[in-house]
Amino acid sequence: MALPEATPLAPPAATRSRWRVRRRTRVAEGSRPPSLRGDGRRSFLLTLIAVVAVAAFLSPMLRAATVSIKNQDQLSLSGSPLLPSDPVTFPYQGKDLPLFKVPIDGTVKELALLEPGRQHSTFVDPAAPDGPPIEWQGSWRTLEHVFVLAPHFDNFAKVWDLIDYPRLLFNTVVLAIISTIGTLLSCTLVAYGFARFDFPGRGLLFTLLIATIFLPGAVTIIPTYTMFVKLGWVGTWLPLLVPTFFANAFDVFLMRQFFMTLPRELDEAASIDGAGPLRILRSIILPQSIPVVVAVGVFHLVYSWNDFFEPLIYLSTKPELQPLAVGLARFNGIHSREPGLIQAGTLMTLVVPVLLFVIFQRAFTRGVVITGVDK
Amino acid sequence: MTAPSVARPRRLFPRRSGLAWRRARWGYVFIAPWVIGFLLFTLFPMVATLAFTFTNINLGQEDPLRFVGLKNYETLVSDKQTWDSLIVTFKYALLALPIAVALPLLVALMLHSRHLKGSSAFRILFYLPYVIPFIAGVLIWGGMLSNESGWLNDALRALGIDHPPDWLQDPTWIYSGLVIMGIWGIGAGMIVYLAGLKGIPSELYDAARIDGAGAFAQIRHITIPMISPVIFYTLILACVEVLQYFLVPLVLKNGTGEPGGSTYFYNLYIYKNFFTFQNMAYGATLAWLLFGITLLITLVLFRLSRRWVYYAGEVR
Repeated sequence: MALPEATPLAPPAATRSRWRVRRRTRVAEGSRPPSLRGDGRRSFLLTLIAVVAVAAFLSPMLRAATVSIKNQDQLSLSGSPLLPSDPVTFPYQGKDLPLFKVPIDGTVKELALLEPGRQHSTFVDPAAPDGPPIEWQGSWRTLEHVFVLAPHFDNFAKVWDLIDYPRLLFNTVVLAIISTIGTLLSCTLVAYGFARFDFPGRGLLFTLLIATIFLPGAVTIIPTYTMFVKLGWVGTWLPLLVPTFFANAFDVFLMRQFFMTLPRELDEAASIDGAGPLRILRSIILPQSIPVVVAVGVFHLVYSWNDFFEPLIYLSTKPELQPLAVGLARFNGIHSREPGLIQAGTLMTLVVPVLLFVIFQRAFTRGVVITGVDK
Repeated sequence: MTAPSVARPRRLFPRRSGLAWRRARWGYVFIAPWVIGFLLFTLFPMVATLAFTFTNINLGQEDPLRFVGLKNYETLVSDKQTWDSLIVTFKYALLALPIAVALPLLVALMLHSRHLKGSSAFRILFYLPYVIPFIAGVLIWGGMLSNESGWLNDALRALGIDHPPDWLQDPTWIYSGLVIMGIWGIGAGMIVYLAGLKGIPSELYDAARIDGAGAFAQIRHITIPMISPVIFYTLILACVEVLQYFLVPLVLKNGTGEPGGSTYFYNLYIYKNFFTFQNMAYGATLAWLLFGITLLITLVLFRLSRRWVYYAGEVR
């Protein structure tokens, strides 16, 4: 018997037939009196709404990106433009004078401030610096600065050094990789056990496994923490890594649901040929399960990358061992008055999970569907 | 959840052949990692936490450790902060739950519409923020919602609202601010809803259209009942999540509960009892109360679900 090709996560037959039904309806619709113009307008309107919604939804990211390339000088000036810009200055007799938009003689002129005053100020016209200084009545503080577009990418370089980015990145990557290996190993074995073997108490144990999803972390955290203190593991990576080798409910459920959709005939044939359960897992089950293994792997990588609370409590005394998420929170505590640096650090923290998502987005959406719908 | 072994007839005490026993033993071997982990990291800590509630255990332990009976529970009943924190959590839940259930559904309905062009690109973009690290999301939204430099209030001012709410500083607006911060988490719910929508047989819509049902009637009488199991699933998960909510206020307000105690969530109070006041016994008591509340709400929701959740193929 030939091996069937890798199956998508949902039972393939069902998906395919449903799709065919949909196609048939489309054809049927086509044969009705067409109201194409109304349809076109509806499409345009709905797509427009979707574009506006998604733009609003993602606009905080755009804001973070623009702030991350702004200079601290600009961020501390009120009324500064949306895009990264610098206030313009004019060199005059060895000094750099700030340029303002001054309403004068019915027009607005860009003038350099020579002598600021509360009632009236003196300006120099950069177009005619040798001419007489211009007197202007009113408070210069009400005037707007003149800006010129100037992105500052040095925020990223500053953050790189200030939070010791290479160190934090290394910690995050190693933690994510080891815990993903632990999760994949343990969850595959446990899911295989639940999916393929009949043993007394299986239903009860599986219900118990699912129930742990609903258990508030607060009822287990203190004894667990105390246990790790007694073992001398607090201040090391072990409390973050060791538990991943004991499987978790979400990923076991995901893999078990997938294994259940694989035909048993191949297992049985291999078993008759003398293959043991481990051999069957390795040579029959796993080769058919690439999609679910990728889904769980990517899920756990991102989960580990984003985890905040556990590294926070177990590594609070060891900044040199912390992952990026905790390092970023610490950085925010110190530099919260410098939004340019904070947002640069934020982007440097989210770039890897976002890239992983863009590359593996199919694995993500499939994985969510199978955990969600079958429950 | 599917019952795992409905396919085979089962006796109460199945007589097992030698082969069946060997298979069962393999089963236990394979699930052993989870069973050991469950005993070590879930069951034992849970029982220990319960035991703590009857003692005076704390980190310093100046008094000798002893059994104190129900004293911690008496403290809990008369502790104003406990009730204040519960009220904070419920206030937030009242606002957050309807949005956590309805918003992903609305987006999924939009993405599912055959009128939408480029649906899969929109799906990816709406899901994307779900993978952004929680801490990065908090810092990005903290800037977005700032009264002086945030884009939201800039936009509101441009629309003619002169004094838009100071989302994260004003005790009356803080819950709205936190809910707005939470909308980046709609991705998972949206995908699950989409899968549910795709599973509705199109014959139902065809029949409704022939009967003259408009778009809203179709949503009301076909879509909503057909995906009610998914709505129920989203609601249960959202409840569990809301009851445990505290990390955002912890980071945003440094765990102070500012402004005016409005972010002193119940879980924050537990966390502070454990790690700040180091009163393990009382923290454990609070944690078990939370466990009880979670259990109660879940049970009530399951009980109520019989009235409105429709399972196709279920025998009534």
